[in-house]
Amino acid sequence: MTYSMKTKKQQVLNLAGWTWSWVATLALATFGPQFIWDDHQLLTILFVGLNFANGIAMVIANRHFFNSLDELQRKIQLEALGITLGLTVIIGITYSLLDTTNLIGADAEIGFLVGIIGIVYMVSTLIIRKRYA
Amino acid sequence: MRNKLKVLRAEHNLTQEQLGKAVEVSRQTINAIEKEKFDPSLVLAIKLARLFKTEIESIFIYAKD
Repeated sequence: MTYSMKTKKQQVLNLAGWTWSWVATLALATFGPQFIWDDHQLLTILFVGLNFANGIAMVIANRHFFNSLDELQRKIQLEALGITLGLTVIIGITYSLLDTTNLIGADAEIGFLVGIIGIVYMVSTLIIRKRYA
Repeated sequence: MRNKLKVLRAEHNLTQEQLGKAVEVSRQTINAIEKEKFDPSLVLAIKLARLFKTEIESIFIYAKD
């Protein structure tokens, strides 16, 4: 795929749309059983499935976004993803270890790791972009 | 890798934006190549050479040290 600003903008909007709809279906699947449909199992299964399908669509949108980037932008994203993967594994394992050895009071939650992924990815992308500016 | 992209671009009265559009990359990518912070792919180097009607070696100078 060739690079063009229009294509990139379209792919960013497409990815943003799928990301927000994934967040919305996740919220529905999480809080719906308790606050909306009173633990109706079929509805819960339906919304969990919808959230999963939405997640797949988000991954495909992310792939299209990467393919709309030019070679330097892809290099920046690749470096940021590499740093994110490495740091997530290290932080995740350490966090789990803190939990299993009872060095922290609370249980290790997956949400914490997802938050870390987002923060590390954002920060590393900004730093690497600055390096090539 | 050293390059003469900035000189060639100036000779052809092109902005980074215009050059980027001509070879289908972003302005930031042209800027990074000119500042020698990023080496382009072979495809992009060929596109640039064809645009300026010259050889790749005339734009990009590979020095081992």
